[in-house]
Amino acid sequence: MSTVATTDPVLTPGQATRISLRGRLQDALPKIVLAPSFVITLVFVYGFIAWTAYLSFTNSKTFPSYQLTGARAYQRLWRWTFESDPPSSWYTSITNMAIFGFLYVGICLALGLLLAILLDQKIRGEGLLRPIFLYPMALSFIVTGVAWKWFLDPGLGLEQTLHHFGWTSFHFDWIKNKDFVIYTVVIAGVWQASGFVMAMFLAGLRGIDGEIMKAAQIDGASPFQLYRRIVIPLLRPIFLSAFIVLAHMAIKSYDLVVALTSGGPGGSAWLPSNFMYEYTFKRNEMAVGSASAIIMLMTISAIIVPYLYSELKEKAR
Amino acid sequence: MGRFLTTTAAIALALAGAGVSARAADVKEVQMLHWWTSGGEAAALNVLKEDLSKEGFAWKDVPVAGGGGDAAMTALKAMVAAGTYPTASQMLGYTVLDYAEAGVMGDLTATAKKEGWDKSVPAALQKFSVYDGKWVAAPVNVHSVNWLWINKAVMDKIGGSEPKTFDDLIALLDKAKVAGVIPLALGGQNWQEATMFDSIVLSTGGPEFYKKAFNDLDDEALKSDTMKKSFDNLAKIVQYVDPNFSGRDWNLATAMVIKGDALVQVMGDWAKGEFVAAKKTPDTDFLCYRFPGTEGSVVYNSDMFGMFNVPDDRKAAQVALATATLSKSFQSAFNVVKGSVPARTDVPDTDFDACGKKGIADLKAANEGGTLFGSLAQGYGAPPAIANAYKDVVSKFVHGQIKSSDEAVTQLVQAIDDAR
Repeated sequence: MSTVATTDPVLTPGQATRISLRGRLQDALPKIVLAPSFVITLVFVYGFIAWTAYLSFTNSKTFPSYQLTGARAYQRLWRWTFESDPPSSWYTSITNMAIFGFLYVGICLALGLLLAILLDQKIRGEGLLRPIFLYPMALSFIVTGVAWKWFLDPGLGLEQTLHHFGWTSFHFDWIKNKDFVIYTVVIAGVWQASGFVMAMFLAGLRGIDGEIMKAAQIDGASPFQLYRRIVIPLLRPIFLSAFIVLAHMAIKSYDLVVALTSGGPGGSAWLPSNFMYEYTFKRNEMAVGSASAIIMLMTISAIIVPYLYSELKEKAR
Repeated sequence: MGRFLTTTAAIALALAGAGVSARAADVKEVQMLHWWTSGGEAAALNVLKEDLSKEGFAWKDVPVAGGGGDAAMTALKAMVAAGTYPTASQMLGYTVLDYAEAGVMGDLTATAKKEGWDKSVPAALQKFSVYDGKWVAAPVNVHSVNWLWINKAVMDKIGGSEPKTFDDLIALLDKAKVAGVIPLALGGQNWQEATMFDSIVLSTGGPEFYKKAFNDLDDEALKSDTMKKSFDNLAKIVQYVDPNFSGRDWNLATAMVIKGDALVQVMGDWAKGEFVAAKKTPDTDFLCYRFPGTEGSVVYNSDMFGMFNVPDDRKAAQVALATATLSKSFQSAFNVVKGSVPARTDVPDTDFDACGKKGIADLKAANEGGTLFGSLAQGYGAPPAIANAYKDVVSKFVHGQIKSSDEAVTQLVQAIDDAR
């Protein structure tokens, strides 16, 4: 704060105090207003990250214990990472995360882009269609999960209905099948998020300069070439934002798994977030739960940090 | 990670909120944390509320958002971590001991002496309500787990009779299958599968074996051929479920038996509450047998009211609550509705139906004969970490991730070792 006073050496002493009081206030005001949220973020985000990291090296069970006992929790997780026959819960969680993350992000991006391109063809009723696709996003994962749970249940939903209509050979029991249950989570997740991705892409498409398109059309570009060579490359920033949004939604998908499958047959639909919650709060193995949380954090950092780095570097250029 | 942080933040907020409400507490008020919110359970708790209000104590439910015991236990953990204890909380098995070990439980020994709990409460239950010589919890009821619930109409239709051995049961299930009824109603959630497996182990290995394996966690017993045979039997019985069983709630499975879509369910006696709520009568509409081969033994769990170390001015309310909880009139009134049996063995069985009378007699006999065992699936056999590891293995076996009994035994030993 002393910088205010020192930067203005030409003022007379009386003016200096008056202005520096006002100046100081002006200088400090943003800091004062930001301080509470800064402290809250510092404590409740970074403080608790540090606390979690600390707990993962203790032998905390039901309650936190502060006695360091080494990396036993990590050793267990490390062993479980490779215990594939029969799969340990942790192994199931991380393979599910890979399947779910890859398909969820990939399909949402592809489907969102396709919907956006189709909606961008100046069709009639766009104003009606847009919210129809977008509104699943307004539902919570719990609602999505329960609705799809009923729809996919072989004794209740789709299968039963088609049997009623006479198509008795129809068979769809993924939600009850340990090998396929994770794909039902993908289906429900994609249904919810692809409309939102569509909205992002649509906004991007509307922002593209029509002149470029016209020029390309005059040069004889087919619609396919137009999209492949010009439109999609121009949408690159949208891809990146959509990717970041989807990736973090994939990683924090906990409620969807619980509402849709309640963990799946024999825990086969678990994601790492389910593992973390189960071990920390239900199994009273707080150290293992904390260790898994730290591993999740490190995994996310491994993806996000290089991205942020490249973005910042680009800005600096 | 994000999830964890929100949870922690939520806990912190809950701490703050609970702190405020607890400090504002009236000394003439009983603060109770519980998750008995279904119609029957709430009605049963009302009996206790009225008993207490007669003595001038008000009742205050500590709000627990979301159903199921997990949410309540998380809230309790937060309150205890903040040092603002409720008067009492509904708790199960090893949780009571965990909290007692953390030194937050109160001492009701004086009341217990005066009321003679030592003599009337079964010793197996005292293991969880007495810590270090001090009474820290008041048991409310005893549920037993090794029951078969059978639809009588279906039983008559297929011409079955009470199965006395495990093979009888398999033969009975076969009959149902031939008659085109779903033989076994099972909910494919890990605790339901493990609850059934509790009975199977007791039936296959006998009482001694059950105690050694599931209460003492004896390595030899866990590795033994008997355990392998138990898994074989589990594999046998699981063949009789319908293909849609995975993830089904227990009460939906009970409903299948009530409606006659299925013949039998293996479930704790809370299932009786569903039959009673559907206006069904024992022996005319449904039958209750002990799981074949477990007659004479009782695998139990029990709801307890854990009593916290409240300040002296709130002690009187706590003592009144504990006394009312273990009074014969409440024990009888509550358990008639809940489907369970009283936690003391000297309560008259006049108000109970046939299954309840049998349950009371069985409990008494098992208590005297030393064949009253904590259910591992229900958290009375071992601490939660081990119980959950056990449920994992059983569930993975039922759903085919673990393919053979040999492997299941290896996994069980490994998982229990890990969690120890």
